[in-house]
Amino acid sequence: MHELSVVASLVETIEALAGEHKAKSVTGVWIKVGPLSGVVPELLESAFEMYRKGTIVESARLSIEKTPLRAVCRACRVETERTDYAPDCPACGSTDLEIAGGTDLILERIELETDEPVSPAQ
Amino acid sequence: MKKQLYVLRDILGTNQKVAAEIKAACEERGILVLNLMSSPGAGKTTLLEKLAERLAGRHRMAVIEGDIETERDAERIRAKGVPAWQITTGGACHLEARMIARVLPEVSPDIDFLFIENVGNLVCPAGYDLGERLRIVLLSSPEGDDKPKKYPKAFLTAQVLVITKSDLFPHLPFDVERAKSEALELNPGLQVFVISALTGEGLDDLTAFLVASREALRAGHA
Ligand SMILES: Nc1nc2c(ncn2[C@@H]2O[C@H](COP(=O)(O)OP(=O)(O)OP(=O)(O)O)[C@@H](O)[C@H]2O)c(=O)[nH]1
Ligand SMILES: [Mg+2]
Ligand SMILES: [Zn+2]
Ligand SMILES: [Zn+2]
Repeated sequence: MHELSVVASLVETIEALAGEHKAKSVTGVWIKVGPLSGVVPELLESAFEMYRKGTIVESARLSIEKTPLRAVCRACRVETERTDYAPDCPACGSTDLEIAGGTDLILERIELETDEPVSPAQ
Repeated sequence: MKKQLYVLRDILGTNQKVAAEIKAACEERGILVLNLMSSPGAGKTTLLEKLAERLAGRHRMAVIEGDIETERDAERIRAKGVPAWQITTGGACHLEARMIARVLPEVSPDIDFLFIENVGNLVCPAGYDLGERLRIVLLSSPEGDDKPKKYPKAFLTAQVLVITKSDLFPHLPFDVERAKSEALELNPGLQVFVISALTGEGLDDLTAFLVASREALRAGHA
């Protein structure tokens, strides 16, 4: 797994944003992770702990929201939303599912600490 | 003063951006970029050796090899007279677009195919676009026919599935129809090929498909 390299990309993006907004520090980070994102939320948290020291997110709180994937069963048409990946339909057991979404790996929001008064969004 | 900033950005967005640049630069020159992924030992390098033989004389190809360690796979490709670059990731479990971008200036612009052999790993490479037009996932018969649903992302995001080592079918409890249907349930758009590098089964069809894909790319950019 490569949670550490994902965290490196995340921090790189946040450092750029913090620079643009002249932030002193970042106090909160909200991300969304789908079951087919290729990363495990718990491992992402540990990687973030390891990586944060000396970066702009050193004292930030990390919140991870697990987003669902949508599966529509081609056999019984039952639609389910789930935050883990399972290869079969919970209603009829068929493995013929149409999978939509689930690959989310998104930086949703950050909270910045700035000196300046809040300026209009740019 | 605290300030909330709504970002809504792909965390791997920088990779995505570099991949898009690679794709544009290569396709403008009519180069078909392919990203091969599979678990270790499924037969990626062997397939590339066979393709090198089949494309020789008629088409020019180059190969970028991704491995955790050693120059071995690139040497195997060079032995076929094909230019090859080795990226050793030193532990990283996948290639990233930036690694490809670093090598790309050395690759001749006068080629038809750029094959990228990813690190042997059926999970992590699937999260990283390298600028490929075709993502090819290989599944070898000794791995078992139940793998598509166990490692869904690679099969969901590929355009081509190559089932390898068909010469071993008689010796294994591998049900090729099950492997195909599992993969097609995940991704009905997959093009499926069944090959053996040993007997040559399926290699003509696969080669013809690759040549046609490259022709379609060139026609689209003419
Ligand atoms: N029986 C049989 N063996 C094959 C076939 N293709 C490859 N092999 C063997 O499988 C082994 C691994 O093949 P490679 O081509 O090195 O596999 P790879 O996917 O490049 O491996 P990594 O780069 O280490 O991930 C070698 O011993 C090959 O000779 C095939 O069609 N049939
Ligand atoms: Mg190899
Ligand atoms: Zn990994
Ligand atoms: Zn069902």
